[in-house]
Amino acid sequence: MRGTKVIQALAGLAGLAICASAHAIEWYFREPGSKLAADVDWLHQLVMWLIIVIFAVVFGAMFYACYAHRKSKGHKAEQFHENTAVELVWTIIPAIILVAIAWPATKVVIAQKDTSAPDLTIKVTGYQWKWGYDYVKGEGEGISFLSTLATPRAQIEGREPKGEHYLLEVDNNLVVPLGKKIRVITTAADVVHSWWVPSFGAKQDAIPGFLRDLWFRPEKTGVFRSQCVELCGKEHGFMPIVVEVMSADDYTKWVAQFKEKAAKSAAADTRALSTEDLMQRGAKIYQDTCVACHGAKGEGSPAIKAPALAGSKTATGPKEAHIDTVLQGRANTAMQSFKALGNADLAAVITYERNSWGNKGGEVQPAEVAAHRK
Amino acid sequence: MSAVVDTHGHGHEGHDHGHGHHGPYGGIMRWITTTNHKDIGTLYLWFSFIMFSVGGVMALVIRTELFTPGLQIVNPDFFNQMTTMHGLIMVFGAIMPVFVGFANWQIPMMIGAPDMAFARLNNWSFWLLPFAATLLILSFFMPGGAPGVGWTMYSPLTVQMGIGMDFTIFAVHLLGMSSILGSINIITTILNMRAPGMTLMRMPLFVWTWLITAYLLVAAMPVLAGAVTMTLTDRHFGTSFFNAAGGGDPVLYQHIFWFFGHPEVYIIALPGFGVISQVIPAFSRKPLFGYASMVYATSAIAILSFIVWAHHMYTVGMPVTGQLFFMYATILIAVPTGVKVFNWVTTMWKGSLTFETPMLFACGFLFMFTLGGFTGLVLALVPIDIQLHDTYYVVAHFHYVMVAGALFAAFAGVYFWIPKWTGRMYNETLGKIHFWATLIFFNMIFFVQHFLGMAGMPRRIPDYPLMFETWNRISTIGAFGMGLAQILFFYIVLDTIRNGKPAPQLPWEGADSLEWTHLPTPVPYHTFETQPVIR
Repeated sequence: MRGTKVIQALAGLAGLAICASAHAIEWYFREPGSKLAADVDWLHQLVMWLIIVIFAVVFGAMFYACYAHRKSKGHKAEQFHENTAVELVWTIIPAIILVAIAWPATKVVIAQKDTSAPDLTIKVTGYQWKWGYDYVKGEGEGISFLSTLATPRAQIEGREPKGEHYLLEVDNNLVVPLGKKIRVITTAADVVHSWWVPSFGAKQDAIPGFLRDLWFRPEKTGVFRSQCVELCGKEHGFMPIVVEVMSADDYTKWVAQFKEKAAKSAAADTRALSTEDLMQRGAKIYQDTCVACHGAKGEGSPAIKAPALAGSKTATGPKEAHIDTVLQGRANTAMQSFKALGNADLAAVITYERNSWGNKGGEVQPAEVAAHRK
Repeated sequence: MSAVVDTHGHGHEGHDHGHGHHGPYGGIMRWITTTNHKDIGTLYLWFSFIMFSVGGVMALVIRTELFTPGLQIVNPDFFNQMTTMHGLIMVFGAIMPVFVGFANWQIPMMIGAPDMAFARLNNWSFWLLPFAATLLILSFFMPGGAPGVGWTMYSPLTVQMGIGMDFTIFAVHLLGMSSILGSINIITTILNMRAPGMTLMRMPLFVWTWLITAYLLVAAMPVLAGAVTMTLTDRHFGTSFFNAAGGGDPVLYQHIFWFFGHPEVYIIALPGFGVISQVIPAFSRKPLFGYASMVYATSAIAILSFIVWAHHMYTVGMPVTGQLFFMYATILIAVPTGVKVFNWVTTMWKGSLTFETPMLFACGFLFMFTLGGFTGLVLALVPIDIQLHDTYYVVAHFHYVMVAGALFAAFAGVYFWIPKWTGRMYNETLGKIHFWATLIFFNMIFFVQHFLGMAGMPRRIPDYPLMFETWNRISTIGAFGMGLAQILFFYIVLDTIRNGKPAPQLPWEGADSLEWTHLPTPVPYHTFETQPVIR
């Protein structure tokens, strides 16, 4: 009777799983977008079927014993307790099965590790809490940008309805061409992060001070979404990874557009701005980049040793120290270098910090930031 | 082993008055000063139950926040503190001490010894624990709160934490000291204090698994102490063990941590294997199948556990040869683990089975732990692990091992031995309800997390994309059910102690180790003042 209860419970769970899949709820790997991901999927199915068969045999035996060899049915216990032959068999057979699994797995491991001869090399840098992308070699060389969560705080805090790509949307997607071998070099600026795109079977920790790499060859155009998968502090759950795969032609167009835009903004980057422009632009950048640690009212967040900016020495004292802090970061704290941002953006956010929440620190112009860059 | 009743063991109470004042202190001083292995065992068991409750409440905070997308009840920082402390408290405060409690109660009785070898050391190994737990809890009240770094405490995130991190580091030091002292005591007791005729290969399997576990602890705990001490000096004394800018390496921390961390998995699992190896033969009324191969398999698992640590680190970017070595070594563990499972099932085969609560938990253990073992095999394969690493699949996997493995074994042990410890029987109906509720709600929490992980939900996130909502809701509902079931367990234990019917001398027909055959029920305060002779 107990045995049947266990079976009933399991049947219930299986039923749950089935009705869930009928409602198209995610419960299996995402559809592979590269051969590597397809290989992993295939390997997983092979192992799962083996497991299901072994499970059925072993627990078939257990449940049969639970049913047939019970005292209440008058079964008398036999007293055997050793059988060398049987024990050898169930040591050797599993060993053979394991070799049968290890062989195809080894082939996939070797393929996964082969990052040689890429068409495009991109450096990915993990920051608390966003990703930086630098196109190092190949078409698009020189392109460089940050990629930050685009979901508004209001959605996270439940003040607005959540959008379709809640927590899986960024301001700047990583764009790669279809069918090319992409090598991704990972590193980090502060703590360990981990860069993952499930559809490509690609995951690699981003380790501060070290370079590691992975590769994938996208076989489908479209947008592929994921998240940081190594605990990296407070906003770990809020640094998505979005990869957009374009056809080779579209990619070439995108590169041209990006470079044109970059050249324009570089020219504009040291031009003097009015105080209102600085404050307005600074408020937006502060919301995107600084608010997670320093708070909406500049109150800081003691939990992660992020100081309050309202009334702080740095934000009210000499502006050189403020510019240096933002450009270089502070060692051994979550305050990283923000030099990847443009001069105008940095000048704007520094001006905003120096003139909000009761601070009166005066404005900073883009040229001053440019002068401080090493 | 033969069941020769040794009258010296029984006669104890009759001539106790001849010794004059020989009993324990009364009241609280009894527990503070006690050197009696049974008292200390009881302390360990209650301590671990308290920690289990604290860690359980933290789990409920986590699950409540994850009931639906968005941030509702806690902020991300406090959420990280919860996952960190839930892990540390459950591993070091609940699961490890509960089996030390079993060891204290059972090992002397099972090998025919009067007490543990180092009685005062035994007292100290326990009394370190409440102080360690206090440090852990106090870290919540420090500026910045408890560390939000995960129980694995990866560097350099630890360097960013407030003073709560230092409290946690010192707590880990104390917990490690306690474990090492307890292990030395257990090894010495087992090797030196066995009754005449109790050869190593006649010891109950529970004693064997603890002997092996104790060696693992002595070897592994200092490594953890080293890792957290290096974190401490990186934080405060300008060293750069784990800081690339100073010539260190963050991955070094992970290597050191997991060199402790993987043996730790078996430190938690092996004593549970021992309990199951006592319970299944007793309720099958049939000797354990393949006793010798069980001993060898346990030893093989213990040795292998020291050469597989980097399978927790497949995504750090090891060379291909490194990945292959750790993959092969890891799947090799499936062989001795398989031997154990086959032996347990064969022990039940053609037995005369009854299904009282201990046996139900043992069967639940067997079924669920094997499921956790199989997902372990899936995760051992590098390419699949690269997809699943740091997702909820891993969370599901290790909870099948830790909860359905170790915790189910602990429940089996409590129901199995509580008649011996208290002299009273627990309520069988309530025990069965506790089992079925725990089994069903456990699977409700964790089975669905396999799906979440495969669909791509990372672990340790306070908020998640909309597509993961359904499974998270089911999981959260299960968590509250599981919590309620443990309140029932607490009631069952209290009810047994207060109102339980007197237990018969041998409540379990098939139980045949020394504590059942050579000692009265309940056991007197001092046992085996004269050693029994095993023939």
